[in-house]
Amino acid sequence: MARKLMKGTEAIAEAAIRAGCRLFFGYPITPQNEIPEYLSHRLPQVGGTYVQAESEVAASNMLYGASGAGVRVLTSSSSPGISLMQEAVSYMAGAELPVVIVNIMRAGPGLGGILPSQADYLQATKGGGHGDYRVPVLGPWSVQEAANLTMEAFDIADRYRTPVMVLGDGLIGQMMEPVELPDERPPAPDLPPKTWASTGWKGDRPRAVINSLYLDADTLEAHNRHLQQKYRQIRERERRFQMRFEEGDYDLLVVAYGTVARVALSAIEELREQGRRVALFRPISLYPYPYRELAAAAEKARAVLVLELSAGQMLEDVRLALGRSRPVHFHGRTGGHLISPEEAANRMVEVLEGRSQEVADV
Amino acid sequence: MSSPAVLEETPAAASERTRAPVFGHPESLRQVITHYCPGCTHGVIHRLIAEVLDELGVRERTVGVSPVGCAVLAYNYFNTDMHEASHGRAPAVATGIKRGRPDLVVFTYQGDGDLASIGLSEILHCANRGEKVTVIFVNNAIYGMTGGQMAPTTMPGQVTTTSPLGRDVSLAGHPLRIAELVSALRTPAFIARGAVHTPLHVVEARRLVRRAFQYQVEGCCFSLVELLSTCPTNWGIPPHEACAWVEKNMVPYYPLGVFKTPDGGDRAPRPLGRE
Repeated sequence: MARKLMKGTEAIAEAAIRAGCRLFFGYPITPQNEIPEYLSHRLPQVGGTYVQAESEVAASNMLYGASGAGVRVLTSSSSPGISLMQEAVSYMAGAELPVVIVNIMRAGPGLGGILPSQADYLQATKGGGHGDYRVPVLGPWSVQEAANLTMEAFDIADRYRTPVMVLGDGLIGQMMEPVELPDERPPAPDLPPKTWASTGWKGDRPRAVINSLYLDADTLEAHNRHLQQKYRQIRERERRFQMRFEEGDYDLLVVAYGTVARVALSAIEELREQGRRVALFRPISLYPYPYRELAAAAEKARAVLVLELSAGQMLEDVRLALGRSRPVHFHGRTGGHLISPEEAANRMVEVLEGRSQEVADV
Repeated sequence: MSSPAVLEETPAAASERTRAPVFGHPESLRQVITHYCPGCTHGVIHRLIAEVLDELGVRERTVGVSPVGCAVLAYNYFNTDMHEASHGRAPAVATGIKRGRPDLVVFTYQGDGDLASIGLSEILHCANRGEKVTVIFVNNAIYGMTGGQMAPTTMPGQVTTTSPLGRDVSLAGHPLRIAELVSALRTPAFIARGAVHTPLHVVEARRLVRRAFQYQVEGCCFSLVELLSTCPTNWGIPPHEACAWVEKNMVPYYPLGVFKTPDGGDRAPRPLGRE
């Protein structure tokens, strides 16, 4: 397929179809409505099914049913809707169901506003619902990467039997960029067959029971150990990150993800032209977080600056990665405000010139 | 008095006759001991569903959805693939299964707390979309699993652990009539209410369950059968009194009959056996 100018939301929707997803359940919420709108006309064209659910609660439980029946399935929503889905996400993590969830984040808390935000980071990466579970979370910084990660998310979900979240901010959803998509993106050839799915029991395999209930403490603990083992594997194999200007020396390492990393890169490029030695570390997988890679990258730097569209959520993972080895500085915006390249550059200069206060211990 | 034919029967023929099964275990029901209380009618309803799945020959392509409530462990009892849904969401889960795999026969098994309280939105919208699934709704007028709290279907004046002075309709409203409520939707469907407190009612209930699944197998429509059931444990009365309680208190408020058929649109309920 040739390069095409697409909105982030539409690129994500089309990418899901190319990855073999033929089912979507969702509920309208701004700023991600183009995903359900696009799929409501595209899915029937490819023999798929679009269902507008009565609520996010219902939509996420429809995912539970469809995924349990062995079918690739997608939903998308934005922050308040994602909160409503957390019940089903916990059940799907417990029942080990592969689904892909797109969260185009808006500013909170509560109804908040409809402008871009990264304030769902902790909810997304630390579980989100009740119980001990984690969900792989991917944070794209461009429309092309949003499409690529959406396709990849289906494979990660199927490989580990887990919900996977594509976490974008309102900007990723709304901006338009050239995108190139494969005509078809078949599932990875080494994915395990879904012999666990409820497809009608003919006695040729164990009876399928899609379930997260274990009333016996020993059995439930064994199930939790199994889940934790799976998360260990995910942490080992699925860390994704990108660095810029890692060659040579740098005094400051900027850490940002999603569109904020794009803004940071613009600022860094400008500062480097002025001779400032600044590098960028961009986590792509937010769970699993590339702790070790970040720690290694920070070794060259005198200080670290975290930029986020939140009051400081990924900041906690950066501090977990670095401990007290480097002073960590923070700059965040909330309410739907973006960080401008000038604002980012000013903060970088402040840190470089010792005019910034490092983040204090809580 | 014995008949001459029996007297003349050879020993071999007699042995053959006594071995011939007249009442077997449905293949769609696993041979396990259930956790249900003595006198509870869940077991009867499980059996009716299992017999119907056997009769229709669809066991191998059936997926059931169990609820949260007394029937939470129903996935251990039906001999089919099963899903265990979160509280009230069984119709959404069933929607997901059926839309993903339209070739499957999908049913939910839900109690009154699950379907009529926390899951009221899911059941109404599932019915309104005309999802081709079958819902078996067990109404015993109380929360059983959690210890006898007031349900949306608890009778006026009925004493429960959360209505210790009896359900006060001025504060808690009147019991929800689910079959009537779902019948009010414009979408074609099969909606009926039966009961299982006497053998005659069990026979009638079986017919309703069969019709409900038959409509789905034919790809026709959404179907829901509400079945009035007993809860001797939480009602605090012996099983035989519980059956009498259904007849005396529930049947007058929850009339039995077929409320809606897919061809008929909106109709008044017709008494059982006189359709």
